[in-house]
Amino acid sequence: MPNNFALWPERASTVAGNVDALFTALIVVTGSVTLLIWVAIIYFAIKYRRRPDNELAQDYEPPKILEVAWIVIPTIVFMGIFLWGAWIYFIDQRVPANALDVYATGRQWMWKFQHASGQREIDMLHVPVNRPIRITMASEDVIHSLYFPAFRVKMDVLPSRYRTMWFQATKTGTFHIFCAEYCGTLHSGMTGWVEVMEPDAYQLWLAGGTEGSMASQGEKLFQKYACNTCHTEDFTGRGPVLLGLFGKPVLLSDGRSVVADENYVRESILNPQAKIVQGFGPIMPTFQGQVNEDDLLKLIAYVRSLGAARSATPVVESQESKQTSAGSPLNPGAAGGRASSPAAPQKPKGKS
Amino acid sequence: MTSQTYHDVRFIEPAATRNYLNVDYGIFSWLLTRDHKRIGILYLISVTVMFLVGGTFAFLMRLELLTPQGDLFTSDTYNKLFTMHGIVMVFFFLIPSIPATLGNFILPLMLGAKDLAFPRINLLSWYLFIIGATFGIVVIVTGGVDTGWTFYTPFSTQFSNTHVFATTLGAFITGFSSILTGLNFIVTTHRMRAPGLTWMRLPLFVWSIYATSVVLLLATPVLAITLVLLMIERTIGVGIFDPALGGDPVLYQHLFWFYSHPAVYIMVLPGMGVVSDVVAAFTRKKIFGYKFVAFSSLAIAFLGFLVWAHHLFVAGISVYSALVFSFLSMLVAVPSAIKVFNWTATMYKASVSWATPMLYVMGFIGLFTIGGVTGLFVAALGIDVHVHDTYFVVAHFHYIMVGGTVMAYMAGIHYWWPKITGRMYPEWWARLSALLIFVGFNLTFFPQFILGYAGMPRRYHAYAPEFQVLNVLSTAGATILACGYVLPLVYLLWSLGYGRKAGPNPWGAVGLEWTTASPPPKDNFHETPVVTWEAYDYPAFIKAVGEAQNV
Amino acid sequence: MQVLEPMTAIDPTHDHPHHPFLQHHFEDMAQQHEASTLGMWMFLATEILFFGGLFVSYTVYRIMYYPAFSAAAHHQNWMIGATNTAVLIGSSLTMALAVWAAQTNRRKATVLMLILTLILGGVFLGVKTYEYSVHYHEGLFPGQHFTYVDEHNPAVTKGVELFMVFYFSMTGLHALHMIIGAGLLIWMIARAYRGDFGSEYYGPVEVMGLYWHFVDIVWIFLFPLLYLLH
Repeated sequence: MPNNFALWPERASTVAGNVDALFTALIVVTGSVTLLIWVAIIYFAIKYRRRPDNELAQDYEPPKILEVAWIVIPTIVFMGIFLWGAWIYFIDQRVPANALDVYATGRQWMWKFQHASGQREIDMLHVPVNRPIRITMASEDVIHSLYFPAFRVKMDVLPSRYRTMWFQATKTGTFHIFCAEYCGTLHSGMTGWVEVMEPDAYQLWLAGGTEGSMASQGEKLFQKYACNTCHTEDFTGRGPVLLGLFGKPVLLSDGRSVVADENYVRESILNPQAKIVQGFGPIMPTFQGQVNEDDLLKLIAYVRSLGAARSATPVVESQESKQTSAGSPLNPGAAGGRASSPAAPQKPKGKS
Repeated sequence: MTSQTYHDVRFIEPAATRNYLNVDYGIFSWLLTRDHKRIGILYLISVTVMFLVGGTFAFLMRLELLTPQGDLFTSDTYNKLFTMHGIVMVFFFLIPSIPATLGNFILPLMLGAKDLAFPRINLLSWYLFIIGATFGIVVIVTGGVDTGWTFYTPFSTQFSNTHVFATTLGAFITGFSSILTGLNFIVTTHRMRAPGLTWMRLPLFVWSIYATSVVLLLATPVLAITLVLLMIERTIGVGIFDPALGGDPVLYQHLFWFYSHPAVYIMVLPGMGVVSDVVAAFTRKKIFGYKFVAFSSLAIAFLGFLVWAHHLFVAGISVYSALVFSFLSMLVAVPSAIKVFNWTATMYKASVSWATPMLYVMGFIGLFTIGGVTGLFVAALGIDVHVHDTYFVVAHFHYIMVGGTVMAYMAGIHYWWPKITGRMYPEWWARLSALLIFVGFNLTFFPQFILGYAGMPRRYHAYAPEFQVLNVLSTAGATILACGYVLPLVYLLWSLGYGRKAGPNPWGAVGLEWTTASPPPKDNFHETPVVTWEAYDYPAFIKAVGEAQNV
Repeated sequence: MQVLEPMTAIDPTHDHPHHPFLQHHFEDMAQQHEASTLGMWMFLATEILFFGGLFVSYTVYRIMYYPAFSAAAHHQNWMIGATNTAVLIGSSLTMALAVWAAQTNRRKATVLMLILTLILGGVFLGVKTYEYSVHYHEGLFPGQHFTYVDEHNPAVTKGVELFMVFYFSMTGLHALHMIIGAGLLIWMIARAYRGDFGSEYYGPVEVMGLYWHFVDIVWIFLFPLLYLLH
């Protein structure tokens, strides 16, 4: 794929065409205005250059209506650009319902990807073509930014907070992955490749060697950290039951209510006292420093799978898509690439 | 108009030709001066030194980027180069450049004042600048800093092993230098105008310096306190911005850009002021739509405070705030567009001189237009998601900062050089350097737009091989640009001794600064001047001058 | 070639001799006075934004760590804070009286009121020092000396530390302004004693007063935020 000269990046995702169209339109519009100004300046500079007979300028003022024209017309054009750009941004932010889950962790200076079925890779990502891919990601240290130029998407990867991006590749091939946010010494080395494969080839690739799905690995961790002693499957445990929890609102002891999304589960593991579920005591110890980012993702995948097991309510997306639009098609996003469930109205947001 | 051409209007210089330069001598007559003109010169020397330092870093970076492999410097060195380039250029060159040198020198002259309102505070702000810059230089000499000029947390507070504390302290101190300068300008503009000089008669340079000062005064303290919090976090290890300790790194970005986006207008607004004055002087014409140009400066200053989060479209803000900030960012482009159209319209049926300042200004208008319209690209949300943190953004802000501010700075230096030094610069050399800078600049930065859209991220020490051709072009352009910048340094110094002597008004321009001797006397004017003409009103100015002659 | 005399000028009519404190770049005392007061107002505008950054950050974290901030504020001794508030309001009164005395040519009263202001400012700083030492011994100083654990709710410790960061930065920055103000007061007292001020020239006292009132007003905001808001 890498040729020797790049004038235009490859266009390999559903959103890339939209971005390129707006970009081209902007080049045409702003290019003609710029050209107009350049030509006017050069023309005036030559035509009205100072000669002995025009030591002083002519006493002429252009009509004032011009001022109105070049306030109103640019404003209207700018608003058009704004709306077009915002429309693309909305597409960027709204994850399609049938997205395939991939988890990403950024650290100085590598990208780690985990597939829901358990495969792990570093600085390399395999995805199937023509299928929306949703990437849930966090950083282990500083701020990074996951950037796929060929897909025209990027998003900053923050420490201690999950963020979600998505894309749908439209052609097979190998494309760049860059870290776009400066992150230290080997920032420019924090690159990788995304390989877009035919669905069959992808299935074949998935089949090769795995330690079990992320959810099942998460279940093992759940036992290893003895989470199951308190979070039992019936109501006898000292902690809340996790079955059917994911994606639902949780009533807290201080009266607030939050939606149990990835960030909530993460916080509950690392900083359990921050949000206490109503009816329970602040007795859970923190697992800060004991569970690394990879394992956290597996635990969350497991909790997510528990949520899917009992719940007919679709799972609520992470922060961004929550804010995108109430009542947009929501995403079940269950582990193991479960098929979508019908859209349902979003639960009222808590005061979180 | 009388039978004379306007060129010939001259004033008698006072018999004893004492001016601010030869009124007294000795190093302390400069280091302890309270004369705004001498302080302007001190700033001119200081920022020139900083420009050369920052420019050297830029050139070394371009050399490294000739090849895709990082083979000239180590990654750490390269990271320090771009960090120091940014810090030196932003805090120690661009922000003080036009206000502190030309503003300091020219503003009181334009207002018909003997000095700024607070001459001692003016000297203090130069010393603060020097102390801040000394921190910067010491950091450079002792190993540099590698956080990027933005000091993003948690990298800057918990991960970087370089001199973050000293650098931020330097920026903090320099911030107070800016604040005091801005304060001085505002009070001077309000309280020290000559009789008859109403607000609507002010030169547009004064309007833009005034708008800049408001931004300096209200934005800089926020950066100062943010840097204090950063220093606290780094020193005692509490989690103000570090998420691992409970802080919020995005809050840092909000606070940082609340200053640093308005700072862009701090850098470019004075340039717009220079352009307005130079256009009027070299077209011998009133600026078309004076009030629109004047108030667009204030509009930019105001709107500039409301757009900071457009730096955070992919950093973790909600979709709705992204919409609001994208919308406001589109609006802030309108007043800039007004200015560009008005400058262009002023040239219609004018008397356009091709003197060097005008060449720079034509370059400014052309390049600033490109910088401005590419601002629309990055303000459009969908495109920004793709081009954010790529070379597209690098090219965009260099078109504003170098193609805009530095071109205007060069225009201003050449325009007021006769007033400052009493000597003319060599015209043909100056035109040559203007041409070199224009060509070199475009060759350096235009390829970076293409690189950015093709996906090359910024701050990359090594890059993918398909980006090489454009990078080589860019480095070639930087070489031409460097020659273009060295040339004025040589001929301007030469002109101090050998340049043709300049009269009070070598350009035949309108404005109070052109009614006094070149160089001006220590107190600027022998008598307090009275203004009877509108801004850039040539016939009225000539009439006033004529009446003055007949008294 | 046309040769012109220098521009004519209106001669500012000086009926009286120059006031000894008129700086030579000003036309008259009124201009000098207006310039210095406007300068101080501009400086205070900067100061508002300077403290504003801290207030904004405080608010953000107050929302993020609501229980911790509530607990930490509860832990503060509001009696001490209230005492200091009263002291500062008193000092504002004496400061205002000092300006009035200077304006009305009462040299002794000016000196007295300025000294009273200085004493009240000193009392405030003394009380603050005592408070700081108490916090330090309770292990509430952020960083490695932070050993405090809330016995009711150990979970909020991290938030309490963050609260204390803002407590110390905000009150510390405020105290720094008080110290600078005290230094300026001493200078003003010396000048007032020398008899510099009078109805013709009282700008420095007035400008000093603006600064002092501003520092008081900042405290009026800090007190409820850090002591009362549970």
